[in-house]
Amino acid sequence: MKQKLFSLVSLLVIVIAIWYLAALLMNGNQLINNLERKNQQWTYSQVIAGAYDVKRPMLPAPHQVGQELIKSIIDKPVTSKRSLIYHAQITLNSTLLGFVFGSLLGILIAVGIVHNKTLESSLMPWVIASQTIPILAIAPMIVVVLGAVNITGVIPKAIISMYLSFFPATIAMVKGLRSSDKLHEELMHTYSATAKDIFWKLRWYSAQPYLFASLKVAIAAALVGAIVAELPTGAQGGLGARLLSGSYYGQTEQIWSALIVAATLGSILVWLVGIAEKVLLRRRGGLDHA
Amino acid sequence: MTVAAQQIITPKPELAVKPEREMISIEDLSLIFPSKDGDVHALSNINLSIKSGDFVSFIGPSGCGKTTLLRVIADLEKATSGNLKVNGTDAQDARLNRLYGYVFQAPALLPWRNIQQNCALPMEILGLSPAQQNKQIDKYLKMVGLQDFHKKFPWQLSGGMQQRASIARALCLTPDLLLMDEPFGALDEITRDHMNIELLRIWSETQKTVVFVTHSIDEAVLLSTHIVVMSPRPGRIIKVIESPLPRLKNLALRDAPAFHALASEIRTALAHEHAID
Repeated sequence: MKQKLFSLVSLLVIVIAIWYLAALLMNGNQLINNLERKNQQWTYSQVIAGAYDVKRPMLPAPHQVGQELIKSIIDKPVTSKRSLIYHAQITLNSTLLGFVFGSLLGILIAVGIVHNKTLESSLMPWVIASQTIPILAIAPMIVVVLGAVNITGVIPKAIISMYLSFFPATIAMVKGLRSSDKLHEELMHTYSATAKDIFWKLRWYSAQPYLFASLKVAIAAALVGAIVAELPTGAQGGLGARLLSGSYYGQTEQIWSALIVAATLGSILVWLVGIAEKVLLRRRGGLDHA
Repeated sequence: MTVAAQQIITPKPELAVKPEREMISIEDLSLIFPSKDGDVHALSNINLSIKSGDFVSFIGPSGCGKTTLLRVIADLEKATSGNLKVNGTDAQDARLNRLYGYVFQAPALLPWRNIQQNCALPMEILGLSPAQQNKQIDKYLKMVGLQDFHKKFPWQLSGGMQQRASIARALCLTPDLLLMDEPFGALDEITRDHMNIELLRIWSETQKTVVFVTHSIDEAVLLSTHIVVMSPRPGRIIKVIESPLPRLKNLALRDAPAFHALASEIRTALAHEHAID
């Protein structure tokens, strides 16, 4: 535990140090360029002092992002449109909705593929092709098309989340549902078990470890999908909208704080799936048995 | 409810000596596995009759088809030609009617189910009520000496205990026929001796027909009423020996001259056919 904490903290320190250095180089250059354009004299100490205090820095220093985070998380009420919690919760809604439906869809497709050879050859190429299309290209189209039939708000964003998150679930479940032990399959055969029994008493359980591995990927993908869906649509709220308005107005602190909140949210979501996995595996007998 | 389910609910009258009938009859049975390097004759012209209440062992070196023959009886493999009747019906009907219980070489317990839930599996599939399931489970876990292990998971049990649980699971459906594929092959000799005696006791208590695959001559002699000696390439029966020993044996019998005589007869039959090369 102590070892783990130590490595975590030392990595964090290294990242922050690199960040400060990068901020100095990038903002310092910006500062020097500005001063030279005005034909002013400058010294290195002046640049170093000023680099961490630029109004619209190219790369804000960690403490500037920290101040922005405090300002937009703690100082603002949760209902305020300037609160990052408010925006995170909007993104979270579509992420969870898309994740739940995406995973269910993924599982359903996998069940179909595993039980039907025709479905495998007809569906699988489409499943794979769907993920080769850049999400940035297809997201605005989905939002615009759905907007034309008066579907707006959380649904189009959830659909894009779903579009990204069904894929890992499908691939993992196809593998998982086929991973059951040959011996166990023969055992079920000696019991003259029906396909339904074989699915619910054997295949479904064999697939669970695979499912959870894929759900961790799926929930992270769902979050990315929700944020991407908020980018091109002029959405009023959400972390994606926050990123976009930050870049419109050159508010780099705002961009970076939104990014940090998104990363934190993603980590929490993946961690929660991990907790669910542990609880289930304990109920299954405590052994991580594939 | 299926026929088999009704059989469990109304207990069969336990006769001291059941009227002898033909449980398994095999005529001119062959099984060929096609392969790139030419066909493999796994079983060739098998003729065998097994009476109800018999304890029959298949013995022979690896590749002689003893496991394959057991799998054909269990409808896990299909014969290429020949006739096979299990309890008067073909092998598939016998399987669909849950006539037999199969014990694999490995315990084949589901790791996400505890011992009780593992034993319940075949009865769940059959559609028995939880009360009926528990009655069977209690009875047969006690019979195999695992009465205090209901809630344990497979990984918490030793290999021998896992195999006993799998035997209890097979017994829970009260099948007339027990098919066992080297069930004690992976166990150490001390545990195996113990399990052999337990199996003899269970067999005499339940009056079942047992077909038992082994590669141990001692085990075959200790357990069987009939010993089927098999030889590889092609897999075939070279001799069927009826044991002169009493049905219920104990470990002490292994020092008796009759035991050695029978073991030696099997050994001779195996050597005579150049079965081991």
